[in-house]
Amino acid sequence: MSVDTRVSYLGFDLAHPVMPSASPLTGDIDHIHALIEAGAPAIVLPSLFEEQIEHDAMAVHHGIELGAGAFGEAASGYLPELDDYNTGPSSYIELVRKAKAEAGIPVIASLNGVSHGGWTLYARVLEDEGVDALELNIYRVAADIEESSGHVESGYLHLVESVRSAIRIPLAVKIGPYFSSMASMAKRLSDAGADGLVLFNRFYQPDIDLEALQVRPNLVLSDSEESRLALRWIAILYGRVQADLAATTGIHTADDALKGLLAGASVTMMASALLRHGPDQLEIVRDGMVRWLEENEYESVNQARGSLSQMAVPDPAAFERANYMKTLMSYSPSW
Amino acid sequence: MTTQTTATIDGNEAAARIAHKLSEVVAIYPITPASPMGELADAWSLRKQTNLWGVVPDVVEMQSEAGAAGALHGSLQAGALTTTFTASQGLLLMIPNMYKIAGELSPAVIHVAARSVATHALSIFGDHSDVMATRQTGWAMLASSSVQEAHDMAVVAHLATLESRVPFLHFFDGFRTSHEVAKIDLVGDDFLRQLVDEDLISKHRERSLNPNRPVLRGTAQNPDVFFQAREASNPFYEDLPQIVSMTMERVGELTGRPHSLFEYHGDPEAEEVVVLMGSGVGAAVEAVDHLVQNGRKAGVLVVKLFRPFDTAAFEGALPESVRRIAVLDRTKEPGGVGEPLYQDVVTALSETGREADVVGGRYGLSSKEFTPAMTVGVFDHLAGDNTKRHFTVGINDDVTGLSIDYDPDVVEESEDVTRALFYGLGSDGTVGANKNSVKIIGESTPLYAQGYFVYDSKKSGSRTVSHLRISPRQIDSTYLIDKAGFVAVHQFDLLDSTDALDRAAPGATLLVNSPHGERTWERIPPRAQDKIAEKKMDVWAVDALEISRAAGLGFRTNTVLQTCFFHLTDFLPTEEAVDAIKEQIAKTYGKRGEAVVARNNEAVDQALQGLFQVEVGSIGEGKAQPLIPDVAPEFVQRVTAMMMEGSGDLLPVSALPVDGTFPTGTTRWEKRSIAHEIPIWDPSLCIDCGRCALACPHAAIRLTAYEARGDEPSGFKSKEPTGKDFEGLRVVVQVAPDDCTGCGVCVDICPARSKEVAKHKAINMEEKAIHLDVERENFSYFLDLEPVEREDVNAATVKGSQFLEPLFEFSGACAGCGETPYLKLMTQLFGDRVIVANATGCSSIYGGNLPTTPWTTNRDGRGPAWSNSLFEDNAEFGLGMRLALESQRQDAILLVTALAVELGELAERILETSTDPDRSDLDGLIETQRGQVDELKERLLSMEGPLPRRLEGVADALVETSVWIVGGDGWAYDIGFGGLDHVLASGRNLNILVLDTEVYSNTGGQASKATPRGAIAKFAAGGKPTGKKDLGQIAMSYGNVYVGQVAMGANPTQTVRAFAEAEQHEGVSLLIAYSPCIAHGIDMSTQMSHQKEATTSGYWPLYRYDPAREVEGQPGLYLDSRKPTIPFKEFASKEARFSMLHRANPEFADELMEQAQQDIDDRWHFYEQMVTIHRTAEYAEVEE
Repeated sequence: MSVDTRVSYLGFDLAHPVMPSASPLTGDIDHIHALIEAGAPAIVLPSLFEEQIEHDAMAVHHGIELGAGAFGEAASGYLPELDDYNTGPSSYIELVRKAKAEAGIPVIASLNGVSHGGWTLYARVLEDEGVDALELNIYRVAADIEESSGHVESGYLHLVESVRSAIRIPLAVKIGPYFSSMASMAKRLSDAGADGLVLFNRFYQPDIDLEALQVRPNLVLSDSEESRLALRWIAILYGRVQADLAATTGIHTADDALKGLLAGASVTMMASALLRHGPDQLEIVRDGMVRWLEENEYESVNQARGSLSQMAVPDPAAFERANYMKTLMSYSPSW
Repeated sequence: MTTQTTATIDGNEAAARIAHKLSEVVAIYPITPASPMGELADAWSLRKQTNLWGVVPDVVEMQSEAGAAGALHGSLQAGALTTTFTASQGLLLMIPNMYKIAGELSPAVIHVAARSVATHALSIFGDHSDVMATRQTGWAMLASSSVQEAHDMAVVAHLATLESRVPFLHFFDGFRTSHEVAKIDLVGDDFLRQLVDEDLISKHRERSLNPNRPVLRGTAQNPDVFFQAREASNPFYEDLPQIVSMTMERVGELTGRPHSLFEYHGDPEAEEVVVLMGSGVGAAVEAVDHLVQNGRKAGVLVVKLFRPFDTAAFEGALPESVRRIAVLDRTKEPGGVGEPLYQDVVTALSETGREADVVGGRYGLSSKEFTPAMTVGVFDHLAGDNTKRHFTVGINDDVTGLSIDYDPDVVEESEDVTRALFYGLGSDGTVGANKNSVKIIGESTPLYAQGYFVYDSKKSGSRTVSHLRISPRQIDSTYLIDKAGFVAVHQFDLLDSTDALDRAAPGATLLVNSPHGERTWERIPPRAQDKIAEKKMDVWAVDALEISRAAGLGFRTNTVLQTCFFHLTDFLPTEEAVDAIKEQIAKTYGKRGEAVVARNNEAVDQALQGLFQVEVGSIGEGKAQPLIPDVAPEFVQRVTAMMMEGSGDLLPVSALPVDGTFPTGTTRWEKRSIAHEIPIWDPSLCIDCGRCALACPHAAIRLTAYEARGDEPSGFKSKEPTGKDFEGLRVVVQVAPDDCTGCGVCVDICPARSKEVAKHKAINMEEKAIHLDVERENFSYFLDLEPVEREDVNAATVKGSQFLEPLFEFSGACAGCGETPYLKLMTQLFGDRVIVANATGCSSIYGGNLPTTPWTTNRDGRGPAWSNSLFEDNAEFGLGMRLALESQRQDAILLVTALAVELGELAERILETSTDPDRSDLDGLIETQRGQVDELKERLLSMEGPLPRRLEGVADALVETSVWIVGGDGWAYDIGFGGLDHVLASGRNLNILVLDTEVYSNTGGQASKATPRGAIAKFAAGGKPTGKKDLGQIAMSYGNVYVGQVAMGANPTQTVRAFAEAEQHEGVSLLIAYSPCIAHGIDMSTQMSHQKEATTSGYWPLYRYDPAREVEGQPGLYLDSRKPTIPFKEFASKEARFSMLHRANPEFADELMEQAQQDIDDRWHFYEQMVTIHRTAEYAEVEE
């Protein structure tokens, strides 16, 4: 018996629910082709970082201005002025164009803004370039001790509302888990116009170099363990928010993907596993998922989706406090 | 007639646009002030901008101007339309080829931004001494007096050379015209097409070398025919004036700007006339207008075509009424009857039989101001009773009495011209903003605008003054603004330390960048308050720094102040001005990225909200501090101080040395105090490693160890020594607070951190204002301490060397300079016995540019003796020094031998230490030799006869002297390479230090053969496609040259060791020192630590090749670097010179990066093999 693997995400009919998330892999057209070859039903391009764009532009500016107009023999400065520095979104747009022209599957652009106008500006730019959907990759470290959680949250909501009103294409919102009231926040984001919630993003984290006694931010690839966090919240949110749910971070194996689906995810997204093992890993995960569904006599992915969500399990508390209780009680001291 | 478009550009661009449009091959080489012409031509060709015939001119950088002239010559021979650009020494290097090109009647144009030729001193500024040195070469010489003319005459030159076959030198004054920004009418392609005669180009091609119709050109001729052949070209010169005249007429008909060989302006019945050419014309014309309006019969005759000098045309242009003529030359020909133009005029009048009294005057040497008032002075002198046949104007010659007087206030500038002055720092963008303002006014209004920019001589903390004129008509005023209706002071401190307020006209508007808000008036120094009140100035202020910072622009306050300028003047309604500024911002910065435009626009939007009027209040009390303390040497107080305060123009001739010889050690008297933050020492963490002092580019961090005296100032810090050195003494790390530039290199390299707070080191940047008084007192006390003696330290270590006194201090080099730490180290190790031959370049500028210079002396009065010859000859210059020293040493040995009986055992001792001495303990040997020479001199005092007197003159040569040949990569790799190679092969005892910044830093970052593959630089804006020359490898091939490749920040111990070994090596030694530069596009505060990656990537491997090891049967090469551990890309990505190319052209950048990595891998592989090989040949000791 063959399983119907089709799913719907952000209004797209996808062949199956295992897709690449935003990563350096999707930033290269050759890799995109390899992913499609491996069966990717849709792709999320790497994030267009407004901060990076600004940083690059200002770095070019400072580099050229350094020493200019200061010394008579080098009045124009010390570096030649070039015709184009490609500091804007042009190289990203080039990627979008290539992906759209060559992929033949839904292409979702990812955007990380920083300025008031930057989010909506670049959202419009990307929509105009023809991306099929947009994923807002929102991440900020709320380090200001004077800023309340309410203020942070309203900032997120305002942002989603602004972008939603600026574009017509489907809009997904990728966030981190660090909210006092994650469930409420998810609902409010959905209500603000998010067609999908992508749970959760990962960014550089500070590390300390004990040799140099310096802080060195870096990013290490995830492992399957990390999928548990998203698993909990997808299970809790499934059926309670309008938006589609996507599981990301820690999806390395067919088991990881299946768990996400059973918890309620419309799609599961992979990055670290693809970076570690190559694009073919996507096919391996998909095939493993299908095999498991077949072996367990599911007719379709949709049949399985959400079947172990909080609403669907006999013990809903398992996803909340009880989880801790059970662990504690199952612990058997050795004495 | 086609409508002409206008552009607001400088003289260099005005000429270069035509040159690029009418050439097929352009050979270039950087030299101030002509470099921008080559840069523009290169950039246009890179951008595939075509010439008139749709072809992109091939722009090629050569190794020197001599090379450029050679390429020019060859290109002409092969039939291309060819040009080049140059100035000063560069033009002199072209002279041999100029004779050839003229002798062969090859049509060509050299565009020259005329500049002083170095004599008693180098000068980058403008006069005609360079072009006058070529007047005998057979080239036609065409002079332009303004930016517009630099454009028009360029057209005339390119057209007339084709028709006449005589090559043309087109010149305009360096800086005054080359760098003046003005609104001009452009000669468009349509006009050029109408003007160019294609048949003439075909004829040029037909004359070219072609194997299908071979000819031979460049024969060697003998007495039988050379003379006749030389005369055979006469008809071409006879026809030339007519050709030029007709060409000027044709160009004039199309453009509406008629020109002629000699142009007269003034009363048609003038009795007195001034004759001149170049940028002084503008001032002379204004003076004549003033005189004519006042009833004087005066005129000015402007020379356009100087060579060939058309006597008839000259005579025809001169009103018949003229009785007295003053010929003004912007050059000096010592020993001549008069200067060149004077001589021509006298000869011309003699030949034509015209009777007139002719006198000759020199003016404007090295961009000395030449004003209408000076011209009036010339006319007054001409009309007076005691007219001097030869005179000077613009200076006070109290030695030979040649200068004439003039009344500086006799001519008022026209009222329809608005004059504005802007005082800023090099780092705040003032000049850039004003260039933009000139463009805005020029391009957004029917008004004409002119901008001229004056820089001081420093590379760090430099001050700039922008002179802007705006007028409804063309502006010909080619001199600085003296009375401005608008004065902007972009740095609050400049209010009192510049002449800003002196140059303000009564009732002028004053705009001040003030961080003091409502307290602005009371913070203005009383002296300045007094001037403001006296001149009833309208004062406005804005906290531009605050606005710029908030907009994310840091120190660059330019757009804020520019907006305020437009608001406070009425060239444009404010709203239109803001739009125009934003448009200009988009045009200037747009390609760098939207963020740059957005942030500047934000600054513009906020500017006017922050602008407020300052109410002039009561005048405070206070006295200005004296510029120089009265303990300074007399010369410094009398002469140097005047230059420092900007009054050098007032110094009389008698105040200046006759031969360019100046005292050393004068930077210590110029306390610029430019840092906002200075390093503050925390003794509790310090480990006495000395790295902070080693790395400090300005010798502003000093180390010593002293015996506690008990009279230390209360804030004076010291510590117990770390380790066994200096037991019983106190160690001090002291900042020179007024000499520090605040670069932060010392903090970056400090290895000692606090255990509790990681960012706190043994030395930390802190706000200067908080520490200034204490540290001033401390530094003063520090200078009074006895310095550490050489015998008390191991000088060949980092720590030991840093406890020695630096004899190179407080230079005007860039903050964070990568070169100066090496020079300083050299002086710490050997400074008291060094003679330096310094190639022209950054090091000769921060090392020898007045008013003050950094090479200094120790307490015994000993220190480096320094000289700069040229750019191209420095190795030879240094070799000459060694030859002279050796010759005198031999002479002294002979004399001591001859006087052996009288000198007794002293002679024996001297001969023992001076004839093949044991140099293993060089310091000890020199100490002994010095003692002997002192003794000898004492003895000679009581001896009579010619031999003792002769020996007195050469006795010092008995002491070992260390000759250091210093220069940058432009010298060593390119222009001076031939000489360097010869000196490397000489075997003489010489030390060569190449400060390798991998570009021509001093002229603004043009590519040299040291520029690495994949880097962008001027003249290689598309990325340098070829690899860097391995200079060390070339030197090693001689087998007897010591070679050290060092990078102080990567391995300071290896650096110090290499310096010590180089000095010890009895033969030629070559040190190639990695010298980060702002042209690399890096954060200069981390340039030292960044050098580590240069080494770990294998980009800059460290090694020492010591022939002494070969003698011992060991491989000569020792690699001090480990095998590369990081890819080149990782190092390169942190430098804008590489990363910008990656942004601009990622595919090509990747390709070059890959090749560059191969270069590195290949070189490393090669070196790895070399360290296992030793030579078998015995290298004979070279007898000196």
